[in-house]
Amino acid sequence: MASVDQRPTSERREWYRSMVRIRLFEEKVQELFMGGHIEGTTHLCQGQEAVSVGSIAAMRGEDVLTNTYRGHGQALARGMPPERAFAELMGRATGVAGGVGGSMHLVDFSVGNIGSNAIVGAGLPIAVGAAMSFKLRGQPRVALTFFGDAATNIGTFHEAMNMAAVWQAPVVFIIENNLYGEFSAVRETTPIDDLAGRADAYAMPGRIVDGQDIDLVYEAVSEAVGRAREGGGPTLLEMKTYRYRGHSRADPARYRPEGELDRWKARDPIEILGARLAAEGRFSVEEQARLRADMQVEIDAAAERALQAPVPTLEEIKGYVYAD
Amino acid sequence: MSTPIEAAPAVAAAEGSELVMTYREAITAALADEMSADPDVLLLGEDVATEGGVFKTSPGLVERFGHERVLNTPICENGFVGVALGMSLMGLRPIVEIMFADFLPTAGDAVVNQLPKYRFMSGGQCSVPVTLRVISGGTGRFGTQHSATGESWLMGLPGLRVATASSPGSAYELLRAAIRDDNPVIVHEHKGLYGRKGEVRRGAIAEVGRAAVLREGSDVTVVATLLMVERTLKAAEALAAEGIAAEVIDLRWIRPLDVATVSASVERTGRLVIVEEQVHHGGWGAALISELTMAGVPMRARPVAVSLPPDLPVPYSPPLEDAILPSPERIAEAVRGAVRA
Repeated sequence: MASVDQRPTSERREWYRSMVRIRLFEEKVQELFMGGHIEGTTHLCQGQEAVSVGSIAAMRGEDVLTNTYRGHGQALARGMPPERAFAELMGRATGVAGGVGGSMHLVDFSVGNIGSNAIVGAGLPIAVGAAMSFKLRGQPRVALTFFGDAATNIGTFHEAMNMAAVWQAPVVFIIENNLYGEFSAVRETTPIDDLAGRADAYAMPGRIVDGQDIDLVYEAVSEAVGRAREGGGPTLLEMKTYRYRGHSRADPARYRPEGELDRWKARDPIEILGARLAAEGRFSVEEQARLRADMQVEIDAAAERALQAPVPTLEEIKGYVYAD
Repeated sequence: MSTPIEAAPAVAAAEGSELVMTYREAITAALADEMSADPDVLLLGEDVATEGGVFKTSPGLVERFGHERVLNTPICENGFVGVALGMSLMGLRPIVEIMFADFLPTAGDAVVNQLPKYRFMSGGQCSVPVTLRVISGGTGRFGTQHSATGESWLMGLPGLRVATASSPGSAYELLRAAIRDDNPVIVHEHKGLYGRKGEVRRGAIAEVGRAAVLREGSDVTVVATLLMVERTLKAAEALAAEGIAAEVIDLRWIRPLDVATVSASVERTGRLVIVEEQVHHGGWGAALISELTMAGVPMRARPVAVSLPPDLPVPYSPPLEDAILPSPERIAEAVRGAVRA
C-alpha cells in the first residue's frame, strides 16, 4: 500500500462515509422489499462499494458516467440524496426520475449521471458518444461507464471499445467483475479469467484492479481519467469484486460454492479502509461505529420521508415522453 | 461532382427560393442547411465521409464541415446509434445514416429501448435530438435483405417520431424538421427515388405529424408513402381520364399518424384505399383502417389495401421484385374496385 499516493484523511473519511451510506441504503432497500414497499425487482451492490466510491472520487464535477441496473452505489457516491433514491424505488413523484424509472434508472443529469440502463451493455456506446461530444468540442471532460462482467460478452461492449479506440475517445470502461452474470459464473460463459485482457484486442490499456481496496481503485481510475483527459484515449479497468447478495431480489444465490461469500466478506471494502484508517491513527474504530449509527438514523429517516411522498399521476408523466 | 451545396448561398439568402433538384440533392441540401445553421449538428454513419456515402447523399459535406462533423463509423449500428444518443445527451444533434433499413434491426436495442425511452425513464430530465436517416425500399435489385422499407416497424413506440419522404421537397422539409426536433426522429428515404427531380422550397420545414394532400378528389381517398406516392399519383392521373376523382394523400408521418387529415378526406369521399410497400399486417395502413373504423367514419365501400404479399419476402429476381411491388396499374385497379363497390 505504501506505493499508492493516498488522498488526504478528510477525503478518505468521506469515502468511508459514502461506502457506509451505500451499504446501509442497500440493506434498507432489502428490508423495504420484504415489507412490500418496493415492488418488481432490484439489484443490490453490497460488497462492491469501493468500486463506485473510489472511481467517482477520481471524477471531476463536469465529467459524466453511465451505469447499470446495479447502480445504486454509483448514484449515491455521486451525491444523490438517499431520500430521492428511495422515493424513486418506491415509484414516488419525488423520486429522481419522477417515479417512472424505478430501481434500475437512478439518473441525475444535474450531476452528470446520464444513464442507468436496464439493458446489459447499452450504457457503453452512450458513454462513448458523450466522450466524443467532449472531444469534438474540445472540452477537457471524461466519461466513465460502469458495467458487469457479463456485459463483456455482448456486442455493444466490443462495438463501444472499438469505436472508443479508433476515435481515441476520452472514456474509461470499468468492469465490475463480481464473478457472476445473473446466475452463471464468469467461466461458464467466458473463456478467460481476466477480462482486462480484452483491452488488447482494441489496442487500449487494460488493467486488473483489486476492487475491494478503495485506495487502489482511486489510483487506477485517476490514472485512466487523467490519460483520457489529456487526449490519451480510453482505458479498460477490471475491478475484481463481489456481490454479497444474489443477482436480484428473488435470487438466493445457491449456485455459489460453499465458503465463497465468507472469503469475500473477509475482504470487505468498508472494513479494509476502516482498518487502514484506524491503523494510521486517523479514524478510530469508535468513530467509525458512531458514523455507522448516525448513518443508520439518516437512512431510516430518508426512507420514512420517501414513503410519505405522493405517487405521480398519469397526467404528470405524459410530459416525460416527448420534449416540446 | 458539382453539388448544389457548393454553389448554394447562405441559408438566409436562400430562404423561400424554389429550386428544382433531385431527391438526393435535396437531402444533401437539408443536411448542409442544418449543419450551417447549427454547429451542434453532425452526420455519422458508414462511409458518410467517403465519396459522399454509398448512395451519394453527403457529397461535399466533409470538405465543407470537416471530419469532426462528418464522421465515418465502423459497421456497428447498435453501437453507433448508441453513440449518437450519448452525443445528443450532451447537446449535440447527431444525424445518423442507416445505409439500408434492413440494418436497423441490428440497432434494435438502441432504437427500441434507448432512443424512445431515454427521456421518459429519466423523468423528463433530458431530450434526445437524434435523427436517423434510413435508406428504405425496393426496386434496387438488392435482394431480400436490402429491400425493406421498414417504415412501420417502429410505429408502436411512444417517444419516437417516424417520417417518410416521397419527393425532393418532402425529403428536404422532413429532414430539416427532424434535425430541429428535440426528439428522436426516424426519416425513411426511398432508394428508388434518389434520382427524381422536383421542386424544393429552400428553408421550408415540415410540420410534425401533418400529412400532405397532393391531389384533391371527391370519389376516393388514396393514402400512400415513399415510392408508392408517385405511383399513386400516376394511377390517379389515369383514373381522372376515366372520370374517377381520387384524392391522394402522402402520409409523411407514420408516428404521429395524421388520422385527422385522412379521416376528413374519407368523410367526404366515403372510400379509402391504402397503398403501401410493406405487408399489410402490422403497418400504418392497418392502423388507419382501425382508427377510422373505431371512430365510425362512414364509408360507402369497404377499405382496400394494395400491399406486398402477406407471406413472401422481397425476391431478388428483377421481374419478380417488380411483380410484387404495387404498380400504378394495380393501384388504379384497386381504386376502380373501391369506386364500383
